[in-house]
Amino acid sequence: MTDDQEIVPIEALSDNTTLPPHRSQGQEIWLQFRQHKGAMFGGFILAFITLAVLFGSLIWQVDPGKLDIRSKDWRPIYTLIWNGDVKAGWAHPFGTDQLGRDGLANMLAGGRTSLAVGWAAMLLSLFLGAGIGVLAGYFKKLDGPLMRMTDLFLSLPVLPLLLVAVTLFRQPLRANFGPEGGMFILIVGVIGITSWMHTARIVRGDVLALKEREFVLAARSAGTTSKGIITRHLLPNVISPIVVSATFGLATAIITESSLSFLGVGFPSDFPTWGKMLADAVPRMQEFPERVMLPGVAISLTVLAVNYLGDGLRDALDPRIRGR
Amino acid sequence: MLTYTIRRLILSIPTLLFIALVIFLLLQLAPGDPMAQVPLTVPPEVKEKMREALGLGAPWYVQFWKWLVQFFWIEPKVFIDYLTNSSTLFGWLPDTELYTKCGAGALEDCDLRMRSWQTRSPVMDLVLQRLPQTLWVVGLAYVVAFFIAIPIGIYSAYKQYSKFDQAGTFITMIGFSIPPFFTGPLLIVIFSVYLGWFPSIYDTTLEVNSWASFKKQLAQMIMPVMVLALQVTAQISRFMRASMLDNLKQDYVRTARAKGLSERVVVLVHVLRNSMIAVVTVIALAIPGIFGGSIITERVFKVNGIGDALIGALFASDMPMVMTLTFIFAILIVLANIFADVMYGVLDPRIRYD
Repeated sequence: MTDDQEIVPIEALSDNTTLPPHRSQGQEIWLQFRQHKGAMFGGFILAFITLAVLFGSLIWQVDPGKLDIRSKDWRPIYTLIWNGDVKAGWAHPFGTDQLGRDGLANMLAGGRTSLAVGWAAMLLSLFLGAGIGVLAGYFKKLDGPLMRMTDLFLSLPVLPLLLVAVTLFRQPLRANFGPEGGMFILIVGVIGITSWMHTARIVRGDVLALKEREFVLAARSAGTTSKGIITRHLLPNVISPIVVSATFGLATAIITESSLSFLGVGFPSDFPTWGKMLADAVPRMQEFPERVMLPGVAISLTVLAVNYLGDGLRDALDPRIRGR
Repeated sequence: MLTYTIRRLILSIPTLLFIALVIFLLLQLAPGDPMAQVPLTVPPEVKEKMREALGLGAPWYVQFWKWLVQFFWIEPKVFIDYLTNSSTLFGWLPDTELYTKCGAGALEDCDLRMRSWQTRSPVMDLVLQRLPQTLWVVGLAYVVAFFIAIPIGIYSAYKQYSKFDQAGTFITMIGFSIPPFFTGPLLIVIFSVYLGWFPSIYDTTLEVNSWASFKKQLAQMIMPVMVLALQVTAQISRFMRASMLDNLKQDYVRTARAKGLSERVVVLVHVLRNSMIAVVTVIALAIPGIFGGSIITERVFKVNGIGDALIGALFASDMPMVMTLTFIFAILIVLANIFADVMYGVLDPRIRYD
């Protein structure tokens, strides 16, 4: 019987070296991602900032709005290194502002708002962009009108329109959802509505190419409905450009929210965000440069981390670059 | 090329009309009464007349039509009159009397102009006073950014993964991430407070007529321009590097080298021209962001450009001014897009022949 015998391939066809162990796609992406030092660093910083603003208030239990006029204008703790007689101490490690509100508590609360607006606006614009991109790419009839609309939105003056919309619709939304909730909905809404265009263009291009591939034809000949093809076959394949544009969307949303706060049309004045802390500190920045520096560095560091993360993700998710 | 440009210009008219409609409807939908600021002592019948004079009772399409007529018919007439009457460039032309003023002794059909609710002077006069400052700052920022970014992009792509490339990538990443409302105050603290090199406030009354005043103008322009240029530089050099890298791997580069062209010609003529197409894309995509950045820069350095005017008008709920300024921003963006499209045509012959 020959069944027991092991089949010996001819020499030319046998493997000389042992094959590398099989890796799943997730492992491949992770391996490539780990090689990008900037992206690892960015991911780490972003995780740290997110955790700090989420759970920092559990550790540093000072009310950010509490006025303590006796201990106003404290300097941050590090000024003690070169100047022993300034008002500073561990009671307020980041100092206090002109009304005696604690700097660290404000930074944490402000960061929570800025990041929440950033994430929510990013998710909204991603949802709109991916939806419009898939519809325009998949249905030929919708392609013309939807892309024309995208081009129109791309030539809108975004920041002026945001300013106009926020100032005009502030009152009714505040009346309906409260001062903070109304502003949150308004700012997230307007940023989301004016920043979906790049995602839509990228997704449409990818869907146009994918639609002609054999697996979509196979799915269609097996009787899959358009909805099934889109959700089961197309969307999983365009997930990587969506993820990459999501990171850049997050960065833009954070900067836009801070710009609005800086220009004085953002959240109400007792509700800290990084942009507003910076704007409030600008008139006295000669005496207290740290009040500009701390929120400014926080915004820049977050955005820098997100941008590096996006760069690394783009490299890791692109199979042409992977493994080089 | 000319027909292509003209076609693009004509095609932009529906876009502009649509944007005007969006802005107009946004202002219409917005709650809030423009007459809210009128004192309570004004009798209701007078208020009603004021309302009529502002055209507030009319349906929105009538108001929109009137605004369009103002912007595209009456204001150009005023502008042409100004050009032929008092400007130095076209003053030699015979005077045109297209615009008939309203007022005492005026004829039956006179042209009313759209007025700002804040200052009572015609909106377009205010816009024309303020537009040059914005255009100077934004335009110079682009020029500066271009001359810094292109060499950086070329060199870091040519020496990929070198020390220079890595430093360049890091610096552009930072430039990309730091918002203008942070760099602005930072530069003011460093260069006007500690070093005292440049003034922190832009003096718009300065007239450039001598060498000393020119130097002053230069000193006050540097900081606003640099804040904006930092953003643009970062974007352009990133795109430039990526596109140079793509092109350097192409077959035509090998051909050019094989036929004995010097490295200088290969990189600076062949590859550069093809890579510039990507940079044109950045110009088109980054323009809305730059005008947004210019609003913040004007606010920080107190340049009295149209961005600063927009914020002032918004806080004063001066609707004609807000409407016109937002639309002017839209026109500038659309014009920049057309410029980018024409540049595509110049750089890439395939687009021209379509």
